[in-house]
Amino acid sequence: MTKDISIKVCLGTGGIAAGGVDVIDSFENAFAAARIRATVAKNCSLHKVGCRGFCARDVLVDVLIDGVKSTYEYIKPDMVERIVQEHILGGAPVDEWLVKDDYHTFHDKQVKVVLSDCGEVDPEDIDSYISREGYAAAKAVLDNWAPQAVVDVIKASGLRGRGGAGFPTGTKWDMAIKTPGPVKYLICNADEGDPGAFMDRSVVEGNPHAVIEGMIIGAYAIQASHGYVYIRAEYPLAVERLHRAITQASDRGFLGRNILGKSFDFTIKVKLGAGAFVCGEETALIASIEGKRGQPRAKPPFPVQRGLWGYPTIINNVETLANIPPIIRKGAAWYAAMGTEKSKGTKVFALTGKILNSGLIEVPMGIPLREVIYDIGGGIEGGKILKAVQTGGPSGGCIPASLIDTTLDYESLGKVGSIMGSGGMVVLDETDCMVNMAKYFLEFTKSESCGKCVPCRIGTKRLLEILTRITVGKGRAGDLDLLETLSNDIKTSSLCGLGQSAPNPILSTIKYFRDEYEAHIVEKRCPAGVCKDLLLYSISEEFCKGCTACTRVCPAGAIIGEKKKPHKIVQDLCIKCGACFETCKFKAINKG
Amino acid sequence: MEKQLEGIITRYHENEGNLISILQDLENEFGYLREDAILWISERLDVPPAKFYGIATFYAQFHLKPKGKTVITACCGTACHVKGSERLINSLMKELNIPDHEDTSADLKFTVEKVNCVGACSIAPVIIINKAVHGKVTPDKLLKAMTTLKQD
Repeated sequence: MTKDISIKVCLGTGGIAAGGVDVIDSFENAFAAARIRATVAKNCSLHKVGCRGFCARDVLVDVLIDGVKSTYEYIKPDMVERIVQEHILGGAPVDEWLVKDDYHTFHDKQVKVVLSDCGEVDPEDIDSYISREGYAAAKAVLDNWAPQAVVDVIKASGLRGRGGAGFPTGTKWDMAIKTPGPVKYLICNADEGDPGAFMDRSVVEGNPHAVIEGMIIGAYAIQASHGYVYIRAEYPLAVERLHRAITQASDRGFLGRNILGKSFDFTIKVKLGAGAFVCGEETALIASIEGKRGQPRAKPPFPVQRGLWGYPTIINNVETLANIPPIIRKGAAWYAAMGTEKSKGTKVFALTGKILNSGLIEVPMGIPLREVIYDIGGGIEGGKILKAVQTGGPSGGCIPASLIDTTLDYESLGKVGSIMGSGGMVVLDETDCMVNMAKYFLEFTKSESCGKCVPCRIGTKRLLEILTRITVGKGRAGDLDLLETLSNDIKTSSLCGLGQSAPNPILSTIKYFRDEYEAHIVEKRCPAGVCKDLLLYSISEEFCKGCTACTRVCPAGAIIGEKKKPHKIVQDLCIKCGACFETCKFKAINKG
Repeated sequence: MEKQLEGIITRYHENEGNLISILQDLENEFGYLREDAILWISERLDVPPAKFYGIATFYAQFHLKPKGKTVITACCGTACHVKGSERLINSLMKELNIPDHEDTSADLKFTVEKVNCVGACSIAPVIIINKAVHGKVTPDKLLKAMTTLKQD
């Protein structure tokens, strides 16, 4: 009696880093040795841990035997033999390696729409997608629906753009349908430039066909015959899987001319980004596809009126497009039943930073931040105290711990001075300095500024200069007022979203952590112990065992001392990198 | 070199490429944007070299100087930042003798590239050495890796 056995191992960028390839090889070797007829399926990884998003649990493996699924966590290649012998051949799962309750609590409050197939389908096999209702929505639409009907359903669903701006997708498509052709373009924005965000990467790596199907439906609705996916070059695995998926879709007649026998043509080309954050802005993206410097232009005219090469163009984010097939299949009412009144559906977040369960999550709009941090996220790692949660990347703001009951929807986040953004959510604890965080984001936006308009080009530079002065102990009276005035001026007069939102992290951190700024400026002190120019590292004679571990990691050769005798830091040489502090096992190094 | 450049021009015409895709091909082919290659293509396409340089200097992906034999990519994303990427990067620059304001060592052995988010935030901080992704990197682990690399 041969069983139907299949193993699923995460192989996304994160899964590979965790050793996913070696784990799969071990399974293949063990099967060959035991002569088991089985399929070893490569599954897309949202991240290291699991296609299901639990990246913190290092090579998650699903073992399915005749439809019964067991999930293992923390699997290393040398553990595979035992799983094969005891579970697959012997029929008894290796209990001690199976996931425990906390794996399930990570998922309990999540609702997977966009990520529902990630971790289940093989992203490199179109039949795997088709077997889970893949392309059924596209078929139905092409068979029976008028383009306006598609637009109406998307409008009724309440879907808003997931790239960050939250503009109603149905309304955008409606404008496109009303703009005359005959040439129109549909572009998928996969530039995902926010540092700390990997939602779109995971969807393209894990389920590229969902994005393609969303584009086919969208192109049919707005009557576009050409499509582009503009994707970061820094995502090589996603690019490779996307190319393969497009080829497979074309071979099956889902792309190309007369799709599925209807008089509808649509082809998709892939364009690689070249490393410019500003190219996530739609007019800059268009300039980049046209082969120019990625500089935005004034709007109106909006891309839907005059876009790529002057033609009407609609640009949608990856996550927005991945929502389209399920909405068509299950209906607008189903989607609108999730979320809040003005923020419908679900949102994918990349939960990272000082959180225990870091990874990719998908939750209904309107869920309280508290539940995300403590129920799904498992709380702060290392038993530290939550300080703030940063949302929206360099365009966003921070939500202090006191506002942890804020709900995650467009309106509520706007009210507290942050934004939804593309979904990056970085958790900060008591050891993070909010002034340093603001400086970090300004370093980013200043270097990514395209340079076209004065407020952003010069404004971000000045904001960064002031923040840098503050973090090295050269803050002056009046700096906070200057930061606020400058920030508001830059917000109101910048040409594009980059400049308009670059000051947000500063305004947000000053609003909630003014005292921290004042400590830096007035007392020349960094309460969190981060700004190294305001720190002094010293070794306590009482606790130092003279083990020399610190001497070995010091990059500046600033620690002197004999073995087994208390060591000393030479302040003149110390570059305050903190390596010794991190290394000392005897808590003998003082930071302050 | 001419044969490679002919290939790039052919691909440009066949795939309706643009100047960015030509530069991407050049970067892939030679590891950086050689001035003589740009001048050759500029002549062939009758496009002023300034146009190419305007694009090359705008996008972070393009390098005007040769890269080192070993490329180390240090992620500077938000998650990596809060997990200590700054310190790792300082350590790299010092260990590999890379001068201030440069990204490649004088002996062209090592290049340290700083990128804004490779998208592996759950295993922050991330360092990629010759395309192999290393997560949860500590100063200790980094030092060991550097020592091995320098010996090779």
